[in-house]
Amino acid sequence: MDSASHITLAALGQQLLVGLSRTTILFIVSSGLSLILGVLRIPNVSHGSLYMIGAFVTYSVATFIGGQTGFWVALAVAPVAVGFLALAVERGIFCHLYEREHLMLLLFTFSLMLVLGDVVKLIWGSDYRSLAAPPMMQGSFSLGGMPFPRYNLFLLIMGPLVAVGLWALTNKTKIGKIARAAAVDREMVAAMGINVSWVFAFVFCLGCLMAGLGGALVAPTQNITQGMDHAIIMEAFLIVIIGGLGNMWGALLGAAIFGITDSIGILVWPQFAIVFPYVAVTIVLVFRPKGLLKSTW
Amino acid sequence: MQKQKLLGSRSLILVALLLAALALFPSMASRYYIYLVALMMVTGLLATSLNLVLGYGGMYQFNHAVFYGVGAYAAALLTVRGGVNPWWGYLLGPVVAAALSLLMGLICVRLSKLYFGMLQISLGSLVWAVVFRWYSFTGGDDGMHGVPVPRLIGSIDGAYYFVLIVTVVCLAVMYLIVNSPFGRVFQSIRDNPERAEAIGVNVRQHQLVGLVIAGFFGGVAGTLFVTVEGSVFPDMLFWTLSLEIIIMCLLGGWFTFLGPMLGGGMVVALRAVVGIYTDYWTMVLGIILMLLIFFLPEGVLGFFTARLGRGRAVREGD
Repeated sequence: MDSASHITLAALGQQLLVGLSRTTILFIVSSGLSLILGVLRIPNVSHGSLYMIGAFVTYSVATFIGGQTGFWVALAVAPVAVGFLALAVERGIFCHLYEREHLMLLLFTFSLMLVLGDVVKLIWGSDYRSLAAPPMMQGSFSLGGMPFPRYNLFLLIMGPLVAVGLWALTNKTKIGKIARAAAVDREMVAAMGINVSWVFAFVFCLGCLMAGLGGALVAPTQNITQGMDHAIIMEAFLIVIIGGLGNMWGALLGAAIFGITDSIGILVWPQFAIVFPYVAVTIVLVFRPKGLLKSTW
Repeated sequence: MQKQKLLGSRSLILVALLLAALALFPSMASRYYIYLVALMMVTGLLATSLNLVLGYGGMYQFNHAVFYGVGAYAAALLTVRGGVNPWWGYLLGPVVAAALSLLMGLICVRLSKLYFGMLQISLGSLVWAVVFRWYSFTGGDDGMHGVPVPRLIGSIDGAYYFVLIVTVVCLAVMYLIVNSPFGRVFQSIRDNPERAEAIGVNVRQHQLVGLVIAGFFGGVAGTLFVTVEGSVFPDMLFWTLSLEIIIMCLLGGWFTFLGPMLGGGMVVALRAVVGIYTDYWTMVLGIILMLLIFFLPEGVLGFFTARLGRGRAVREGD
């Protein structure tokens, strides 16, 4: 009996860590979404597609170069490639639509999702791909008697690094401060002689780059497939909403709630694990419909 | 007298001609086209039911597919698992959808615009996730196939006429609702909720009633889908379909009553045609949507009625 409860506790701890490494991915993706929502006020439905593209680009670059360096190069290349794609879309099409109402912007990003989904199918085909973690990240180590994948540990380190980096960028740099000011009052920022349109382009680009980074980081942990975009975008949206629109720490909190309920759900009731996060989200929203932390809206 | 006020004589003749053509259609067309037109009507009805709250109510209903799916699943489950007469499924499917809509509405209706839509979408995802995973009851991601349909409407012609009759009746009822005192108040809420509130309208209550009505007719469309396809699957509840229904409303024109019907039919027909030539249907749909947003934000029917209206105004001005 005693040992049985011990194993459960160890399993619980292990699942918690798995949940936290999932949180990292969710946080990176949804912080980008939250940034765009907070500053540009656009619910970017195509965010999931950019995440998927990030994963596919990582796969292609990593297998093309191969070996230990392949993955690290891919990890740098994929987010930047996604960022440039986002910049092209923003400058080419999106910036002409900012005056439209929210629903039109949302539908536009949805149309972008539809197009990008098929573009991925066109380039990479409909088969799924899988990418091994770089050699030094392979295998697992023992944690209280339970195996824990090394790559997940890497994710657990990446999460806080990205959070701090993003915080520093939005709070300590000039462009970050301008972006935050534009979120509150874009007319005033424009009146100060700042080109708000380019601030928006920067923020959109940065947010999408986060989606690409999330996709790159998730690539070795799961199959890279069509349909990744549909799954992640709904999760990211819910995370951003329960955290508070535009609030980066809210995205972190929401991602933790989502990641942990999901992993605990797998332990408790595997068949309905997928339902747990949605229940958590619904409970949060019933009591705090505008999210847990302060929204920038 | 009342009819004359609601519908001009010219549009009445047009509607009558269209109905006659639809009634004669099965005797002229092949099985596939009968099926396709039936599906167009079902999808059009679905889009029209969404437009009650979207176009007439100005509410961002982002999870409308859930009511479509729940109506269909309720009818199928009652028949297959409950073992009741399929006709009961047709009757109760929409009621279940309306009840769910009421429940979700009670939670969401205090919020406005985008927040409302996002809470709706999260509740809708919850329902989808349950349906998607509950293999023993709903069949999980496989869905359910070979759902029994009453013998009277079991043939493709029977199903077609059933869909036609139910769609026409539902459209007529929705038309009356939109033009009823309730419908007028509902539209005034869309245009200015604060002012409506100030003149003593219970905004939340009206919006809730609107949501329930839309959910009910969404459920009707779901049961009709079961009639045509004989199967249900969880994709019917997925949020991408919810957004696609919004596209249909946008495509047809959401400030016109029949616009969404046209939009729904167009999307189904386009998918069938494009599907012959390419696998990349979603890309085509995406490009259509982009072009719409840029060039035709009031939709196809909205565009034409606006032009006709302008022409008429000019003539009357002379």
